[in-house]
Amino acid sequence: MNKSILILKREYLTRVKKKSFIIMTLLVPLMMAALTILPAYLATLDDKEERTIAVYDPTGLILNRLESNEFTKFQYIPAPEFDELNKNFKSSKYYAVLHIPVNILSTNRAEMISDKQVTFDIKNMITRRIENIIEGEKRKQVIDETGVPDLEKKLSATKTDITVETIKLGEEGEAVKSSTEIAMAIGYAAGFLIYMFVFIYGTMVMRGVMEEKSSRIVEVIISSVKPFQLLFGKIVGIGLVGLTQIAIWIILGIAITTGLTAFIGGGSAETAAQAQNIMSGQAMGQIATATPEAQNKVIEILGMIGNLNIPLIIFALFFYFIGGFILYASLMGAIGSAVDSDEDAQQMMLPVTMPLIFSIIILFAVAKNPEGPLAFWASMIPLTSPVTMMVRIPFGVPVWEIVLSMVLLISTILGTIWVAGKIYRTGILMYGKKVTFKEIVKWLFYKN
Amino acid sequence: MEIFQANNVVKEYAGHVALSSVSISVKEASIFGLLGPNGAGKTTLIRIINQITAPDSGELYFEGRPLKADDISMIGYLPEERGLYKKMKVGEQALYLAQLKGMSKRDALKSLKFWFEKFEIQAWWGKKVEELSKGMAQKVQFITTVIHQPKLLIFDEPFSGFDPINTNLLKNEILELKKKGTTIIFSTHNMSSVEEICDHIALINQSKKILDGQIDQVREKFKTNTFEIIYRGETPNIQYHLGSHFNVLEHDESSQLKQIKVQFLNGNSNNELLKLLMNQFEIVSFKEIIPSMNDVFIHVVEQNNREILR
Repeated sequence: MNKSILILKREYLTRVKKKSFIIMTLLVPLMMAALTILPAYLATLDDKEERTIAVYDPTGLILNRLESNEFTKFQYIPAPEFDELNKNFKSSKYYAVLHIPVNILSTNRAEMISDKQVTFDIKNMITRRIENIIEGEKRKQVIDETGVPDLEKKLSATKTDITVETIKLGEEGEAVKSSTEIAMAIGYAAGFLIYMFVFIYGTMVMRGVMEEKSSRIVEVIISSVKPFQLLFGKIVGIGLVGLTQIAIWIILGIAITTGLTAFIGGGSAETAAQAQNIMSGQAMGQIATATPEAQNKVIEILGMIGNLNIPLIIFALFFYFIGGFILYASLMGAIGSAVDSDEDAQQMMLPVTMPLIFSIIILFAVAKNPEGPLAFWASMIPLTSPVTMMVRIPFGVPVWEIVLSMVLLISTILGTIWVAGKIYRTGILMYGKKVTFKEIVKWLFYKN
Repeated sequence: MEIFQANNVVKEYAGHVALSSVSISVKEASIFGLLGPNGAGKTTLIRIINQITAPDSGELYFEGRPLKADDISMIGYLPEERGLYKKMKVGEQALYLAQLKGMSKRDALKSLKFWFEKFEIQAWWGKKVEELSKGMAQKVQFITTVIHQPKLLIFDEPFSGFDPINTNLLKNEILELKKKGTTIIFSTHNMSSVEEICDHIALINQSKKILDGQIDQVREKFKTNTFEIIYRGETPNIQYHLGSHFNVLEHDESSQLKQIKVQFLNGNSNNELLKLLMNQFEIVSFKEIIPSMNDVFIHVVEQNNREILR
């Protein structure tokens, strides 16, 4: 056992000290953060360029209703100036010319003329504002035609926004606010995390075994320790590398999110204030009411996450994490011992990783119907249960199902370790022989 | 006293017999040559001694009592297929391997320092193994094999990958280890090194031991009463002068000093031959040809293979 710890220490330290590990571990959370935060941050940066847009409006509908702001100014021009600009735009001081055609009410079309490509933001802003104005104009005409009193108010009152709240009954029958979306998101994330972890670190075990075999150090080592101790130390050591990486990711993730939330939160309050200055009165009102609503939403979501069985989810995450890893790592270790080349390894890996890949393929179906027969069976069969059960658990799974799934996984692990140990013991000393599955089955019956 | 003994060891792999009732006994503080053609079963026997594999039947004794798992710390093994972790630093790796053999970190460091100084390779301590040449890596490998001062050392083709200078260095180290009381099992195809350093040999062919004994006795046993005589003078038909009791095998008159090889046929003595020859020419040298281990190996293995075929 003492020697297993020596081996474990080496496996762990050589990997954790590797530059690639350190870089990956630190870079991934930063990159993830950058990918989510950067676009949001860039969006908060204001366009500081001052632009003047000439507006030619023969209809008089828009006239003086497009208000200038700090950076975008509107200047209304008469027909002769418009003709002049059409001929000689370049020498003018304008960024663009907005032309409201006489028949805009029937065609719903306006033009913007410029010698540059008009930016998306400006085009969007102008489209939205004209839309509002024209829509209001049309509505006013219709209301005037029908002549029903207070129609405007009545129409506004018909605007509705329906929310269906899912309420789950708790153990004492009390209503617990739940969210299918949140359960789904957590299930996905957890299932996918397990898949990634098992795949990446299981493959690492296989590579480690292959390295020892191809560098021929294995015979030196197994003249000091039992092959099983070597495999055991390797699997546990590499598993700990994986757990270390994930622990660092979680810590960094929390730190980065907290830091950035504070940063963006501050930033968005500022932008909101700016937006209020810019927007017309009506829009301003909307924003003012939207902010507390959004806050309520966040509080509600936090509440719903709190209503999930967090300790169970975390326990299950670690259990299936470790269980799935040991199961697949021992199989992959056995494969690594049996093969001589990368190509052979690829070939033999396929049937072993198939169930793992299958569990990712059915991930979506399981999340859509976590109580269905596919979800049930896939969460019982040990080769798929680590991923599938993890997807189901946030939705709530009967205790007996979880227990049965875990017991099945543990007993399969014990059996797999025994089989893998036997294959490994023979495989690591077998050189220059193309190994088939039939051959491997024979190894199981070799005496020590 | 025997440090290691194997009695009637049998090992089969899925229908293929690797060892069939092989017995060897290795005397303490001696060098024991384990010889045999490729695939004869030497490596299997070595792996059984190292407890990498267990025999199907047969007994193994270490220092007079049955071999047990703990004895592994008293055995050092340099396999034919050997290597080191390429990405690991030399020092760290040597320390790791020494600790795996059961040494404490302190003892291992002390002992490693001694060996690295002895081989003048202290500068390699912080280098990665992949930066070393093959010969350099072999030196490190040798150190990691002997570092825990095992009572029994097993070398499988230890000289492969070494240049003549380092081969010599290693040979001297092996002889010195023997002088200090270490027993060495030495497996090789290089018969001249067997003659040089082995005290006893066992020859395995096709999973059976076909020959063993003290090396001088083995060679003596296979001598063919052949003598090599170098002389000056003219003797066109020497067979005529020697008569029917002697058989001239070779006669080389191409250089100044001429040479013949003569075989006794029955019951003759050296002096009789000398008497006959002295009358013919001036003798420069006269020596009995004792077959080299190489000749013995080839002769015995080929003969055994023919017997098996029959």
